[in-house]
Amino acid sequence: MSAVVTGIGVLAPNGLGTEEFWSRTLDGVSGIGPITRFDASRYPVRFAGEVPGFTARDHLPGRLVPQTDRMTQLALTAADWALLDAAADPGDFGEYDMGVATAASAGGFEFGQKELQNLWRLGPRHVSAYQSFAWFYAVNAGQISIRNGLRGPMNINVAEQAGGLDAVAQARRMVRGDTPLVVTGAVDASLCPWGLVAQLPNGRLSTGDDPRTAYQPFAAGARGHLPGEGGAILVVEDAESARRRGAPHLYGEVAGYCSTFDPAPRTGRPPRLAAALRGALADAGIDAVDVDVVYADGAGVPELDLAEAEAIAEVFGRNGVPVTAPKSMTGRLNAGGAALDLAAALLSIRDGVIPPTAGVTGPDERYGLDLVTGARHVRVGAALIIARGYGGFNAAMVVRRCPPAAPRPARAAAVIQGEGT
Amino acid sequence: MKRRVAITGIGVVAPGEPGAKAFWERITSGSTATRPISFFDPAPYRSRVAAECDFDPVREGLSAQEVRRLDRAAQFAVVCAREALADAGLHDGDLAPERTGVSLGSAVGCTIKLEWEYAVVSDAGRLWEVDPAYAVPHLYDYFTPGSLAAEVAWVAGAEGPVTVVSAGCTSGLDAVGHGCELIGEGTADVVLAGGTDAPISPITVACFDAIMATSNHNDDPEHAMRPFDRTRNGFVLGEGAAVLVLEELEHARRRGARVLAEITGFANRSNAYHMTGLRSDGKEMAEAIRAALDRARLAPEEVGYVNAHGTGTKQNDRHETAAFKAALGAHAYDVPVSSIKSMLGHSLGAIGSIEIAACALAIEHGVVPPTANLREPDPELDLDYVPLTAREKRLDAVLTVGSGFGGFQSAMVLQRPGTAA
Amino acid sequence: MSEFTIDDLKRILRACAGEDEAVGLDGDILDSGFEELGYDSLALLETASRIEHEVGVAVLDEEIGEVTTPRQLLDLVNGRLVQKV
Repeated sequence: MSAVVTGIGVLAPNGLGTEEFWSRTLDGVSGIGPITRFDASRYPVRFAGEVPGFTARDHLPGRLVPQTDRMTQLALTAADWALLDAAADPGDFGEYDMGVATAASAGGFEFGQKELQNLWRLGPRHVSAYQSFAWFYAVNAGQISIRNGLRGPMNINVAEQAGGLDAVAQARRMVRGDTPLVVTGAVDASLCPWGLVAQLPNGRLSTGDDPRTAYQPFAAGARGHLPGEGGAILVVEDAESARRRGAPHLYGEVAGYCSTFDPAPRTGRPPRLAAALRGALADAGIDAVDVDVVYADGAGVPELDLAEAEAIAEVFGRNGVPVTAPKSMTGRLNAGGAALDLAAALLSIRDGVIPPTAGVTGPDERYGLDLVTGARHVRVGAALIIARGYGGFNAAMVVRRCPPAAPRPARAAAVIQGEGT
Repeated sequence: MKRRVAITGIGVVAPGEPGAKAFWERITSGSTATRPISFFDPAPYRSRVAAECDFDPVREGLSAQEVRRLDRAAQFAVVCAREALADAGLHDGDLAPERTGVSLGSAVGCTIKLEWEYAVVSDAGRLWEVDPAYAVPHLYDYFTPGSLAAEVAWVAGAEGPVTVVSAGCTSGLDAVGHGCELIGEGTADVVLAGGTDAPISPITVACFDAIMATSNHNDDPEHAMRPFDRTRNGFVLGEGAAVLVLEELEHARRRGARVLAEITGFANRSNAYHMTGLRSDGKEMAEAIRAALDRARLAPEEVGYVNAHGTGTKQNDRHETAAFKAALGAHAYDVPVSSIKSMLGHSLGAIGSIEIAACALAIEHGVVPPTANLREPDPELDLDYVPLTAREKRLDAVLTVGSGFGGFQSAMVLQRPGTAA
Repeated sequence: MSEFTIDDLKRILRACAGEDEAVGLDGDILDSGFEELGYDSLALLETASRIEHEVGVAVLDEEIGEVTTPRQLLDLVNGRLVQKV
């Protein structure tokens, strides 16, 4: 039983909507710029990937807006677009046939900062009734379920960036179980002063003073990454049921997945990223040579880039596979970023093109990577997506072109005839 | 052959004294751990009662570095993980790292650290552009609570799939359910699964005040939480953790491990109705129960005990009473149903796991823990809620349920070793 | 504030709980049910809290559950305002 992606909804710093995001990504148009959502002049990090021109009221009912953080507003809109893209009408499905499996990294942080301020400055009676759910990690899943009447199983993973792939893997589990359709993926957004300051101590954010070069994964001058907001919500369905209902797009099959965890640094044991890559290939039943592109995690932190390049080389050989990290154009969106990479990988399959790691002119030679720095037109049958979560989380996922529909089995026809006689 | 899931070790930090033994003694004696909030001055709050753990991290064996680095929720989880491994008779080197996973539930993550660090960088809410000069080194670990699972992975040396499951108040159940999936599908042989939350902080108390979900029986803290009682008026906020060693049954048998119980069924559903509200018919919880029983291949009549969600809100107790009747039919009136939250309060994403631990111990000891503080039955609620006093009963199959914000409803079935189909 | 008017209430509702576009708050809503206007119990709790901070009149926990229309809420708040003066 295979799980296929039938709908994509994207809100990214370089594009609202799948097609806008995709065309700008192929053109190397970056969404990174100075932080405008608050006065960041006093902070060492002053650039980010903000989703531009998004007004929640244009997309969501008035009643929902005051009770939701921006993260949830983006997620609800992405879910609407994904379901629309899949042409999936909840009314056509059984009562418990649609589930939700999302990931989150930090909850509704801006909403939370406002309410923390209300509490600490004014007192507990000034805290909003909506705070009780607007900031917790499960909020996107709950609101997506309620808005769309999805009453099947649900799950929410938290594993920073890796969670975005874990969620889609969970969606595949549900589809392989008894849930024909699952809304999955992730959207993260925590671009508020408290959200930025809480990220600074991880030591991975770039303090570069030029937005064009501040985040350059795998570049010799890499000095960290930039934060961003947005992500992708996907519709994953059982292939057979999607075909039966005439789903307009079969973007690709979620064919393989593996997650591993790095040992604690003090143990001296080797990292486990390469094992995740091999595990995902094995799960998909393919070999490294079958992979046409790797979407890298691309932390932009030299030691992390090196570890990732080594894992890729261990599995694919040095310069053995085209590698790209279009997140150089969006910043790192945490769980949302992994889901966005997955969406881009599916579009690579659809259009036969690998988007560039824009902003990087040439990768550091020592990495031994065939880094794609300008859109490359090539047939893509299978793509591997890598997502690493802070703390040691590794996830890898293989998506591949959907096989053509199996010819209608002659046996079924015979049975029907048999019954008629 | 089907891979079955055994519980072979239990670690618990519950309100009162830490440890599984103290926990079991408390919930079978019917004595409550609810008391006036001591962590901060509760005077400005509507609800001023909580169920606090008498937890001294140094006495529980945490190092000075761990005490400094870890949020209270992480401290609980680490202590529970160590107890669970010891209880399972597992020592360093016994587990194959790549076949060992972690699935840890948490509703609100590192909320105490996040709030206090917010208070520092914001100068008690004065600054919107908070001051990065006061950001502590591990702030990012609190920002994205995957760190909770990472800490448990380090304790166990797990290098397989590791994740936090954050589904609000069903997190503790859903995380264990996810752990069972990992074993069932063959991704891992051993999973440390459970839940942890330490939410007794001003912002959480204020949130629940704002929606009047918590009890304001402030003048009678020991009897503040009264599930199924006519005078109930909400839950008491609790804290704690439980970590279970889940093990593939043959793996456990091969090493001669004691099997406390098998987990034979798990399912969850969403009500797609309201982020905090529940319809009184309990329909989706009933469906989750039916699906869990179905997976366990059990008839409703075979359930010997139901561990209720039992939060003591007007809405919840009606909701789940209806769900039990819908799912179990006439047997709902015969089976003992109790809420250990009456004694431990509601520790959000932890309690579901703590309740699974209670169910495993109930099977082992043949004792049904009571519902404390149930002195004035509500005529609308007409099941056997085991008021005040524990009851001896041989238990072959037990059901535990959870319900949470987002509309999530979860159910799990545990069975005595050797009785499962 | 000497009187808490329906316009004050509409402003607060819009700000803290939003407006259901299918119904709207523009017409005469004095005797419309809050439920009919698209507001649930959380919206009313939020509204009561905002009224308390703006007008200085507390609506008690048990009262907010009983109030079903804007008119009832205005009467309750204005009754308290008169007592205060």
